[in-house]
Amino acid sequence: MAGSENKYKSDGSLAGAALEWVDARFPATSLWKEHLSEYYAPKNFNFWYFFGSLALLVLVLQIVTGIFLVMHFKPDASLNASGVPVAFASVEYIMRDVPWGWLVRYMHSTGASAFFVVVYLHMFRGLLYGSYRKPRELIWIFGLLIFLCLMGEAFFGYLLPWGQMSFWGAQVIVNLFSAIPVIGPDLSIWLRGDFVVGDATLNRFFSFHVIAMPLVLLGLVAAHIIALHEVGSNNPDGVEIKKHKDSNGIPLDGIPFHPYYTVKDIVGVVVFLIVFSAIVFFMPEFGGYFLEYNNFVPADPLKTPPHIAPVWYFTPFYSILRAVTSDFVPFLWLFLALVGWLCVRPSRLPLIVKLGYLGFVGAMFILLGVPAVLASWVGIKLTSILFVGLEAKFWGVVAMGGSVVIIGALPWLDHSPVKSIRYKGSLYKAILTVFVVAFFILGYLGVLAPTPMRTLVSQICSLIYFAFFLLMPWYSKIDKCKPEPERVTG
Amino acid sequence: MSCDEKVDCGRRRLLVATAAIGGVGGAVVATPFVSSMLPSERAKAAGAPVEVDISKLEPGQMMTVEWRGKPVWIINRTDEQLASLKKVEGEVSDPKSEKNMQPKYCQNETRSIKPNVLVAVGICTHLGCSPTDKFKTGDESGLGATWPGGFICPCHGSTFDMAGRVYKSKPAPDNLEVPPHMYVSDSKIVIGEEKKGA
Amino acid sequence: MKKILTTLLFVPVLAFAGGAELHLDRAPNKRNDVAALQHGAKLFVNYCLNCHSASYMRYNRLQDIGLNDQQIKDNLLFTAEKVGEPMRIAMQQGDAKVWFGAAPPDLTIVARSRASAFGSGPDWLYTYLRSFYRDESRPTGWNNTVFENVGMPHALYELQGIQVKDEHGKLSLATPGKMTAEEYDTAIADLVAYMQYMGEPVSEFRKSLGAMVIAFLAVLLVFAYALKREFWKDIH
Repeated sequence: MAGSENKYKSDGSLAGAALEWVDARFPATSLWKEHLSEYYAPKNFNFWYFFGSLALLVLVLQIVTGIFLVMHFKPDASLNASGVPVAFASVEYIMRDVPWGWLVRYMHSTGASAFFVVVYLHMFRGLLYGSYRKPRELIWIFGLLIFLCLMGEAFFGYLLPWGQMSFWGAQVIVNLFSAIPVIGPDLSIWLRGDFVVGDATLNRFFSFHVIAMPLVLLGLVAAHIIALHEVGSNNPDGVEIKKHKDSNGIPLDGIPFHPYYTVKDIVGVVVFLIVFSAIVFFMPEFGGYFLEYNNFVPADPLKTPPHIAPVWYFTPFYSILRAVTSDFVPFLWLFLALVGWLCVRPSRLPLIVKLGYLGFVGAMFILLGVPAVLASWVGIKLTSILFVGLEAKFWGVVAMGGSVVIIGALPWLDHSPVKSIRYKGSLYKAILTVFVVAFFILGYLGVLAPTPMRTLVSQICSLIYFAFFLLMPWYSKIDKCKPEPERVTG
Repeated sequence: MSCDEKVDCGRRRLLVATAAIGGVGGAVVATPFVSSMLPSERAKAAGAPVEVDISKLEPGQMMTVEWRGKPVWIINRTDEQLASLKKVEGEVSDPKSEKNMQPKYCQNETRSIKPNVLVAVGICTHLGCSPTDKFKTGDESGLGATWPGGFICPCHGSTFDMAGRVYKSKPAPDNLEVPPHMYVSDSKIVIGEEKKGA
Repeated sequence: MKKILTTLLFVPVLAFAGGAELHLDRAPNKRNDVAALQHGAKLFVNYCLNCHSASYMRYNRLQDIGLNDQQIKDNLLFTAEKVGEPMRIAMQQGDAKVWFGAAPPDLTIVARSRASAFGSGPDWLYTYLRSFYRDESRPTGWNNTVFENVGMPHALYELQGIQVKDEHGKLSLATPGKMTAEEYDTAIADLVAYMQYMGEPVSEFRKSLGAMVIAFLAVLLVFAYALKREFWKDIH
């Protein structure tokens, strides 16, 4: 890797001599070449490919603004002389008393939402062009871990201002863990370090937010990029540029990342900064979505605000959680069973396995579904008698967790002969459209208070969400794809 | 891909211009971050000038007020104490207060605006301890028969006279600091603020 | 543009509200009216700052609205000694809880926290402060159409007079106060403008700075794009 051809030879100048000295001791030149000037990226990236570098930019932005916020923030739930929690007051102190503190804080709060916007678009890019397909499965897995980490980071950070939404949001999410059978209730007390969200919770969330999560995040980002540079970037055509190389072994359709994509990404960065500044300077609350109005009220453990919802970036998954009501559980099971059968039936598995699958599904359905239906008829909570702890709340948590984790299975669910949406058939395009619409509806419903109608819609959308993934092995095979080109197009 | 080997002047100019604009932007962005580490409004408010009423301060008495988190002494010196200043001139290291440890208007024999009233920051110029007052003279002070009254730092034994001037060959290098102050009336001092033009 | 965007963003929040429709009068925009802000500050200090603190707001910050330290000292500084101090109150939180049932909340950022799908924070305050009516069934003798069973008595009734509510829920003035209805509305608008200012003193500076930042970025964009085109001439 760091062969002698990658060592810098001095041209006699002082800077050259210095670089030669460093290079003899540290692979500066070879790292530079490997990851920038001689990293060959496909030449046909479109605007979807901005979001990776933008995510890196936002990460740096959050770390830098975060460092400066930590200098002034106090993770302390006790009340000050004016009867306001110290943590809440310290945020207002940053907003008013610290020189330029308002700007640093607005950049951080807007950056949190911007991070998710950019990451969602980055993930969707992967979905569009099949960037998760072999040999990029690990990049995708690392990416999903980054996303999970980011959700944790955002969740822990959201408690810190110690407003009403911070407090009750944390209260609700931590209580999700109490749905886990047997250990759940103790687990949630352990997580909080108290019987309610309190000073202990605030302090440990502060620790997670400023050091634990960022460290893991940085490690994962490094792994994500190293894995990417090992196998090379995908492109909007989904064809391998490494298949066609010139006599020097350079891909014919590849161009050095630096300078070509650095100058291109700078354009993306500036456009992003314009949008970002417009929000930071003109609408930092973003209509109550980036900074929620109720969070301008200090946390009050005795009074829940009339309507609480997570911040917008969690709402699609939160909707799935809420969609799982006790009468929905049997449908969820029936659905999973059918999906499973669709996948198992055409497979080459031995008959005994197929029959075993049917037997297992049937047993589960009778055990879980029938009591639930009976319960709703008779009006007794039979489920909770028969399956201690395994209530709708539990399945809701499982569904929500599953809806995130399942993204990681994409590389093995997609059996399409082509990678990119450009060459996929109309069936996939239709299904992807329905999936995106369902995802948006879930996100939208997650902001609203539930009504019976909305719950029904979110249940349907949850099924669509899971169907998109679970049925993919089946529909990706029967989809009529166009042939892929040999080389990248325009 | 085709690569032009010779240096392209137009391209270089554009590169320099863009980098320059971006660099200016980066420097400007750094300003709020650097400034955010300056004293906040709260720190400034805590460090705001302090108004002190000295009408009840009898000759020979001393009071301590807090300004910017530091003890500030106000001492109403007796005539004997003032007289002692002349006597020790040969023993203190900076008798004429030539070093910049006081505002211009206090660079005089008594290091004060009104001769009898000394205002000084009670922090030893050695390593920051707060000296103790030893106003008793002679043997009674425990500092020898010739002690004319003054201050001694408990940490390293620096001694100061009744104008806060440090004695020779002591660890402290400088006289005690006289903070900016002014009289708003005969018996009211504001510490931390000066008369305009003073 | 911003309005359309805000409206669009609000749609979901509006949708959930459903039944509990709340009609708010629009507060006149006096955020940049220095005279109104100064009048509002005076009203706030005289009428609100007895029970409510504004503990993140420093007196000397009022320089923003054209007051110097001496003016602040002479006209507004009742609850503190130094202009650098925040607007605290003498009342202890514990006492307040006993006297009023609930401690009167700090009002520094109330203009931000009261925003909702029905209107901005200032809209809410503007309507609320004009919607007190006599209700003998309440311990304080007062109720409010915007904030039902509010704990606070009508602190400004001497100015407004006493309103009563008829069976249709409409308010009318039963006993006139020191001010006419128009004068009272103006006074409240000024007070609300001040509270809006106090909620985020930096907001106007923020916007003017934002315009410059975006203008700068626009210039940078032109250069960055030209640079990108220049380099990408190589790529065919």
